[in-house]
Amino acid sequence: MDFIIAKYNYWIYIILMMIGFYAMIAKNNLIKKIIGMNIFQTAIILFFVSIAYKKGGATLPILTHADAHGEHAIQVAQYLNPLPHVLMLTAIVVSIATLGVALAIAIMMYRKYHTLEEDEILKAIK
Amino acid sequence: MMIEQAPALIVVISLMSAVATPLVGWLKKDLCYPWVILALLGSTLCSVLVLNTVMQEGVIHYHMGSWLPPWGIEYVIDHLNAMMLVLITGTSLLVAVYSRRSLEAELSDRTIYFYTLFLLQVTGFVGIVITGDVFNLYVFLEIASLAGYALIATGEEGAPFAAFRYLILGTVGACFYLLGVGYLYMVTGSLNMADLAELLPSLYGSKVVLVAFAFFMVGIALKMALFPLHMWLPDAYTRAPSAASALIAPLMTKVAVYIMLRVMFTLFRPYFSIELLPVAKIMLYAGIIAIFVGAVMALAQKNFKRMLCYIVIAEVGYMVGGVGVANAVAIRGAILHVMNDVVMTLGLFAVAGILAYKMKNSEISAFDNIFKKMPFTMAAFLVVALSVIGVPPTCGFFSKWYLIQGAVMAGNWTFVAALLFSSLVNVVLFFRIIETGYYDFGVGGSGHEHAHEKGTAVSEAPLSMLIPTVVVAAAIILIGLYNHSILINVIDFAVPKL
Repeated sequence: MDFIIAKYNYWIYIILMMIGFYAMIAKNNLIKKIIGMNIFQTAIILFFVSIAYKKGGATLPILTHADAHGEHAIQVAQYLNPLPHVLMLTAIVVSIATLGVALAIAIMMYRKYHTLEEDEILKAIK
Repeated sequence: MMIEQAPALIVVISLMSAVATPLVGWLKKDLCYPWVILALLGSTLCSVLVLNTVMQEGVIHYHMGSWLPPWGIEYVIDHLNAMMLVLITGTSLLVAVYSRRSLEAELSDRTIYFYTLFLLQVTGFVGIVITGDVFNLYVFLEIASLAGYALIATGEEGAPFAAFRYLILGTVGACFYLLGVGYLYMVTGSLNMADLAELLPSLYGSKVVLVAFAFFMVGIALKMALFPLHMWLPDAYTRAPSAASALIAPLMTKVAVYIMLRVMFTLFRPYFSIELLPVAKIMLYAGIIAIFVGAVMALAQKNFKRMLCYIVIAEVGYMVGGVGVANAVAIRGAILHVMNDVVMTLGLFAVAGILAYKMKNSEISAFDNIFKKMPFTMAAFLVVALSVIGVPPTCGFFSKWYLIQGAVMAGNWTFVAALLFSSLVNVVLFFRIIETGYYDFGVGGSGHEHAHEKGTAVSEAPLSMLIPTVVVAAAIILIGLYNHSILINVIDFAVPKL
């Protein structure tokens, strides 16, 4: 039980990812597939943000004494790791771009076939 | 001065000109075509320059914005990616020249946006290959993939659905890659490939590293359409516009093979990928299955372009299997095959595009008498076909030769059998087309429709399409003739020390 509670954020990431994965595979509606894809990507963002976390009251890396040497020099353990957050900014941009392209393609299909159900579109193509 | 900046310029030129393309098109639509060619010419020159520098002075390290690694993004160009750069920019230049007429026929009102996406796609490919930073690679991978989805979606009936399916699977692949990056970052705190390669060996026992490696391999396998994960490829490449499939089909899968080589042999030591884990063995069998399935499925196709897609899947099996054999000779063959396959697939899809443009039909049964109607195109096709089959003076023979030699040395007869089987199937595949194309079945033979079509003169392809195709055919023979010096000067440096 401790194993689950101590790392609950990682468990949530796995559960979210599997929900997204399930939606991508099993849903018939294309918009639902797209939502599943987005959940999948969001789960990875949660994973990266979890990596950055440090126990013991670490805070945001806003350095007030950055110039000083000696007594006020930066203590790495006091700050969260900012790099995964920055990476995720890029990943969010990528996932928004993917979402945009996916929705645009869904619109293209809706205009052509007047439906967003996968089986009906497949029937119309054949 | 400029020469020092050449590695950055390769990416910057194509990215900036992609952004500027809509503006150029807004000024005057016809300017787009020369503009794209100019931009790609610039990138090609830079990459040839870079290859030349690498061959003379060794590996180039370019620090983006002068930030030192491992903090800054570093471009590392060794022999393997210098070769890939020249291949990518050269291929895209040829396809750009080739694209004009087929775009006029297929996407008349959307050429401006097509070219924008085209350049973005090239930016993505070039960036993937040039970068020495695993996260940067992910970003470029997504740029290339997103541009690819959009390009494919503009194709014929059913293309949006094929693109959608590709998008869903491609995103899963890229996300797996990103997860791999995340796990590696967790244990090492670094994103720079060279730095990771130094830090990782002491952690090879760690489960986190194993999970990262597994995510990397599955994600990349999805992107390169390795057999059980190939479902998106045939539909997507068949239905894409001819110019788009001529760009994407040769490059996307090969760039993914490049990423695989980087992950296996640069990021991780060959010792980890080959001896510590049974990855090489799994890859070998995945490759063998891909070759068999690709060849058999290709036999079953009636549509020319769709048949080529399954050949691409079989060829992916060659390279993955070659790496899986895991001795220097086979890996050498696999890397040479990456190069050859780019050129051969480009040739095949270029011919398919010409046939689609001229005949408005890519069913193989409609090809009767085309040798007489378009002698130059079909002569080029013959060269490409012989190379895919693996007939000596063409380049396809040599890579297959090294692959088979490596497999024999490793005593792996299944892989040898798979390669020979695939060659035989290729003979059947291409001679089926040559037979249909060489004879005139028009009278009575294959139905009244074709007899009618013959009246609407199908003639030789326009020059802008023909010249790139003939250049590709010439390149196939030249690579074949000079394969020894290419091997000695470039590829031998890229083969990992096992």
